[in-house]
Amino acid sequence: MVEYNDLIFEISRPGRSGYSLPKSDVESVDLQGKLPKHLIRDENEAAELPEVSELQLVRHYTALSNKNHGIDNGFYPLGSCTMKYNPKINEDIARLPGFSRIHPYQSPETAQGALELLYNLQEELAVITGMDAISLQPSAGAQGEWTGLMMVKAYHEKNGENRKKVLVPDSAHGTNPASASVAGFETTTIPSDKDGLVDLEALKQLVNSDTAALMLTNPNTLGLFETEIEEIAQVVHEAGGLLYYDGANANAILGKTTPGAMGFDIVHLNLHKTFTTPHGGGGPGAGPVGVKANLIPYLPVPRIEKDGEDYVLNSDYPLSIGRVKGYHGNFGILVRAYTYIRTMGPEGLRQVSEGAVLHANYLRKKLEEHFDSPYTQLCKHEFVLSGSRQKKLGVRTLDMAKRLLDFGYHPPTIYFPLNVEEGLMIEPTETESKETMDAFAEAMIQIAKEVEEDPEMVLNAPHTTIVGRLDEVQAARKPVVRYTKEKDAEREKETVKA
Amino acid sequence: MTNTYRYLPDTEQDQKEMLEFLNVSTIEDLFADIPSGIRLKGELDIPEADPEPVLIKKLNKLSARNLNANEYSTFLGAGTYDHYIPSVVDHMISRSEFYTAYTPYQPEISQGELQGLYEFQTMVCELTGMDVANSSMYDGFTSLAEAASLAAASKRRSKVLVSRGVHPESRSILNTVAKGQGYAVEEVSLDVDITDLEQLKSQIDKDTAAVIVQYPNFFGSIEDLAEINAYAKEHGALFIVSANPLALALLQSPGKLGADMVVGDMQPLGIPMAFGGPHCGYFSVSKKFMRKIPGRIVGETNDDQGNRGFVLTLQAREQHIRRDKATSNICSNQALNALASSISMSALGKQGIRQMAQQNFEKADYMANLLQGKGFTVLNKSAFFNEFVVELPFPVKEVNKRLLESGFIGGYDLGETYGNDKQMLIAVTEQRTKEEIDKFAEILEAVVNG
Repeated sequence: MVEYNDLIFEISRPGRSGYSLPKSDVESVDLQGKLPKHLIRDENEAAELPEVSELQLVRHYTALSNKNHGIDNGFYPLGSCTMKYNPKINEDIARLPGFSRIHPYQSPETAQGALELLYNLQEELAVITGMDAISLQPSAGAQGEWTGLMMVKAYHEKNGENRKKVLVPDSAHGTNPASASVAGFETTTIPSDKDGLVDLEALKQLVNSDTAALMLTNPNTLGLFETEIEEIAQVVHEAGGLLYYDGANANAILGKTTPGAMGFDIVHLNLHKTFTTPHGGGGPGAGPVGVKANLIPYLPVPRIEKDGEDYVLNSDYPLSIGRVKGYHGNFGILVRAYTYIRTMGPEGLRQVSEGAVLHANYLRKKLEEHFDSPYTQLCKHEFVLSGSRQKKLGVRTLDMAKRLLDFGYHPPTIYFPLNVEEGLMIEPTETESKETMDAFAEAMIQIAKEVEEDPEMVLNAPHTTIVGRLDEVQAARKPVVRYTKEKDAEREKETVKA
Repeated sequence: MTNTYRYLPDTEQDQKEMLEFLNVSTIEDLFADIPSGIRLKGELDIPEADPEPVLIKKLNKLSARNLNANEYSTFLGAGTYDHYIPSVVDHMISRSEFYTAYTPYQPEISQGELQGLYEFQTMVCELTGMDVANSSMYDGFTSLAEAASLAAASKRRSKVLVSRGVHPESRSILNTVAKGQGYAVEEVSLDVDITDLEQLKSQIDKDTAAVIVQYPNFFGSIEDLAEINAYAKEHGALFIVSANPLALALLQSPGKLGADMVVGDMQPLGIPMAFGGPHCGYFSVSKKFMRKIPGRIVGETNDDQGNRGFVLTLQAREQHIRRDKATSNICSNQALNALASSISMSALGKQGIRQMAQQNFEKADYMANLLQGKGFTVLNKSAFFNEFVVELPFPVKEVNKRLLESGFIGGYDLGETYGNDKQMLIAVTEQRTKEEIDKFAEILEAVVNG
């Protein structure tokens, strides 16, 4: 294969183009004279967008795609991200003109199909989470968290209370404390006990009349089910606090239990995790929130409701926290998630979680004698190993992750959660076959052997990728975050010299 | 097994082998850690699964119940527009190496995504005239709210001033966000169609962290950024501009006119309307805010052999490192849509984007003149880009019903958000032909004359 390392700007030549617009069929008008001169962008100040033909454009982005690993390329056991198969039908449905070519401000009578889909999705997500009502507005998990916490705030304020503290376990995802802070709360960290679960005794000490909410992921970020969840809920509720469920790990519980049954008051789901919408290289996702009946008045507006046979938008909720996202949320993503839920149905969704949990336990058992396994009880959909045994031999988890690249795998999540030394967080998901997991386990075991017998092999990895390890320190110290022609000229000079 | 699911690969034999390996007899044993009191009895109470062909039919039917812009000629804009999207865009973002990947945590196998986002950041900087852009945000509205929060935090001042010419949903989200962060949002009223500078002068003071306007504003009118910037700077406030990136092809860049942060939505460039989302916020700043900007940023660097490569950088700002001290809780972005808009901008190129913007400007201008010629009042007293407001003798709702009967989706009703239900905000993009515009104007005239 011909090596290709150009930026789109570097293949640009003045006068080329990759578009086709009809000639304007109205009289040409000059901005000059209509606008003050200083607000007009002259041709010589035009934005330097690339000038390429359509085939050049196609080759460029195809070359870029070849430098990228997605789920369709191979195993992607990135813990806490639920990198499962992204079904193709979902993509087709989201692209139907009746979904992709409709305007958010069309009158509801002209968008009944879209509203019906959203309404049905709300209803089904309510059942899946055990909640009484859902808002589909938040565009991602972190925004769902913040939306939930704004509702917590509004709820306590309505009750004449100004509770300031949000409790977050030490194993929580970084967005939990960040969202709490953005919503105007202070975070108190709850320690984990020796089994990796919320330390109930410590929680009892920390909960008080200033506790606004406890944020919890269950199963938690170690992939362990919080077995004392009923007691935890009781402790928080008795102190007048609310329970927030971070749905990042919902893939483990579908059809088995619900956050509602566990005692949670507010939930968010990551549709790009549990409900197969593609991660898109970082987004877009969707993070709907669900609440129990007592919190319904605070949900974001507008809400999508059914009035007789019609689907309508209703903003008449004076206690609502307001709008959190434009229009109707990430509609295209919601369409995909709905398509998935309709594909699986109740029995299928249950089998999803059964498969996810079976796979995680299977893979863990295959690996646990070769790596330290800080928690030995049953895991749910993911598990965390520690590379501390290998660290003693001078090889860090980062090195092992890089070595995995040579085998064609995306490495697990590393160094998270923070309470595990040299952590490797592995989530195989239900959509991977036994053969894939067996082959991955073999690769991991080989790497563990290399650490003992040939550590250089691991320390210098990756050996087969198109670039080697990249200098992240230089990137942060002397940030170059955009292309400029001047910089390009400099580089060329250097190349000539060399 | 009563039903099979094509996304689930385990055969009965696979299951048996895995369970044996785990020394358990049933999958149920693996859920023994969930207390019985909270276990579901029976299956989830949702409708049964649909086989693929059945589901395709059902969902096609559902989608057909929405009037779409392929079949109806639309004059509705107000922040989301029907624009030309080159076919190449969807083909390229449908490469599953892009759309089935996640955030590029492992740069060695994510160079494609990283480079694509680096190019996106560059294009955003080119259009906005700013030094640094991140790799995208949820949408333009949340992007604006993040900018306001960043301004309030970095100036340590207690309020922001936002023009009523800023999109109503954007202001509404800003209010929600500000409540969490504890700063005040004051609105600056309008002088007909643009920000009232006298009002601005009277409201701005030493507590003002930022002045926020939209460019072109919600009514399509082009605000004088230079003048507003001067007031902001006089009081030590930052200047935040929410800009339509397509309009920036023809309008002087906010960066050049003094803006400290420029935000907005890339939807006009390569992203389908999709009932309002997902779109793609952008966020760009001058150099001094580089280390405070929310979201993911891609930077150039070298590998151990000296080859050029790209990584996520300046991560010390972000929630996964800073936790409750982070400047923002944002984790994901809209990478795939950022890629879509990059591809669209590359297809259009330096000339094409200007040509497209020019057509928007001309067609809106043509239609406004046409309507004025028919006796309608156009409200905008300033120059406008591809939208303008027209006064009608009847409520917009009624007029739109009549337009719909003739195959047109009418303009935005300013009743709910600005209190006048006889004012229609009309958008005219390059997609509208002269014939459509003439016909629309004709019907409007006929409706008015009863």
